[in-house]
Amino acid sequence: MTRPAEGGPARPRSRGERIFAPFNYGVLMLVGLLFLVPFLLVLASSLVGEQELQERGVFVLIPRRLDFSAYGYLLSSGSIVLGAYRVTVVRILLGTAANLAVTAALAYGLSKRALPGVTAITALLFFTMLFSGGLIPTFLVVKATGLIDNLGALIVPNLVSTWNLLIMRNFFYQIPQSLEESAEIDGASPLRILVSVVVPLSAPSFATIGLFYAVAHWNAWFDAAIYINSVAKLPVQNILRALVIAGTDVDSIQDIDVEHLPPPQTIRYAMIIISTLPIVFIYPFIQRYFVKGIQIGAVKG
Amino acid sequence: MAHTRRLAATASSSRPLLRRIARYRGVYLIMLPGLVYYLVYKYLPMYGVVIAFKDISPLSGFREIYFGGQWVGLKYFERFVSSFYFWNVVRNTLVFSLLRLLLGPTLAIMLALMLNEVRNLVFKRVAQTVSYLPHFISWVVVASLVHAILSVDGGLLNLIITGLGGDAVLFLGDPRFFRVIALSTWMWHGVGWGSIIYLAAIAGIDPELYDAAIIDGAGRIRQVFAITIPTIAPIIVILLILRIGDILDGGFDLILNIYSPGVYGVADIIDTFVYREGLLRVQYSYAAAVGVFKSVIGLLLVVVADRAAKQLGQSGLW
Repeated sequence: MTRPAEGGPARPRSRGERIFAPFNYGVLMLVGLLFLVPFLLVLASSLVGEQELQERGVFVLIPRRLDFSAYGYLLSSGSIVLGAYRVTVVRILLGTAANLAVTAALAYGLSKRALPGVTAITALLFFTMLFSGGLIPTFLVVKATGLIDNLGALIVPNLVSTWNLLIMRNFFYQIPQSLEESAEIDGASPLRILVSVVVPLSAPSFATIGLFYAVAHWNAWFDAAIYINSVAKLPVQNILRALVIAGTDVDSIQDIDVEHLPPPQTIRYAMIIISTLPIVFIYPFIQRYFVKGIQIGAVKG
Repeated sequence: MAHTRRLAATASSSRPLLRRIARYRGVYLIMLPGLVYYLVYKYLPMYGVVIAFKDISPLSGFREIYFGGQWVGLKYFERFVSSFYFWNVVRNTLVFSLLRLLLGPTLAIMLALMLNEVRNLVFKRVAQTVSYLPHFISWVVVASLVHAILSVDGGLLNLIITGLGGDAVLFLGDPRFFRVIALSTWMWHGVGWGSIIYLAAIAGIDPELYDAAIIDGAGRIRQVFAITIPTIAPIIVILLILRIGDILDGGFDLILNIYSPGVYGVADIIDTFVYREGLLRVQYSYAAAVGVFKSVIGLLLVVVADRAAKQLGQSGLW
């Protein structure tokens, strides 16, 4: 009756176990609900129409009619949210591409054990994981490099994550030296070898590291909060922050004519869902790459 | 062919250094963008901590801020240590850090133990995936959910309370509630993801140990306490030590997005203090000094953690 655990032998059930197992499933289901309930509550509340709100009093847990007017308003053409989505997509695409290119090039050099100075360079890069100049000195450098209120501020100051760099170097270690050497004998330059030999052989590692960078770009908010001043250049996370956390009214930062403005609460709930749905749909399919990342970290290269 | 001979000789270090460097010039060249990035955005700010020891006008240019200015020694450090905020900020930072350091792994281990007892693999996979959800959403979304549920004007919990005839409660603005709210949110956010590593450790336990325990008549719960926990204890200790180095980090994103002046007394940590003093009140030198104070403590903690790990026979942090 009992199925064996993965790789383990089937174990007989004792009396205590027969009591414990249902208890365990029950508690886990409750815990699972705890993770989902906040989202479901907000989702339900975002679909309550103004009419129903007035008919049924202040609080409606489950709407009888689904009302998408808040979504319609937030996503109508020319809205601040659509603009923010464009900024987010641009930062993910350009940012991840730049992250991968610079990280791979640097990791490629670090993976050459015979490169003069490679130990010292690696140590200097690793040290930045232990000690940093901190918020203010970094801010001043970003400002001095002309990135204030420039979309480059969302990409350049975090061009390389040292953690991702070291993971990628470890991937490159696994590529057989003989392949690179034969390309070198054929007269290929290091850049050529990187692009035509190393990159094609490490497609899975590029996918993994690329996902790490892309999700970080999707979730980032602090860089835009301190470097970007124009509302039109803010990514989705920062518009969400303005509407829900700072309590700004959305019609005060965009100019869109509607006959009937949806209730401010409904707009806020809808904004939370709008900025959460993409990652909620995507993460079940990409989570295994991130789990692998933890395991790499645990083994330590 | 001369080229082949050159390749064969690369391994030998008897060749002059300059020749070896020249041979790799192409490699150095493609590393250059990354190295320049580290130099400008990592090492230049590290040099920039000198502003903590200088009097700087926020209006002066970068060259003036970095390379000019009047040296004032430890003036800003003294100002911080003797300020009204010092103990408050340090205490809050330590309270949050220690509670998270203890509570986080405890809950994660409990979840891992429970997941490990699940025999239905579909249930297990779904439970794990659901528990990872908070890890993939941004802190702004997490904080927005907190506001959506607890906010005094229109938060869902307050709508229920007022709907039942009660008075709205100022959950986020009340010093009595703030720490519990912040800690619960951190746990909610991190417990699922944190359980991964313990689940992997439990999966690595030799099944023969359990067989022996079963022969000795131990039930499943007894097995957990007699075998599972003692076997993964060294991993628990090592992970704890490894986290010591960054316990001062990580609270900023949540706190900055849910605190308000009314709860600064229990909510303000070093990072939020630096943010307000430095970027909102534009006191660059003072904020940088507080930042340096924190970095130095953090670095000391890393060294302590490394020593401790080595004492326990681990390879250390680096």
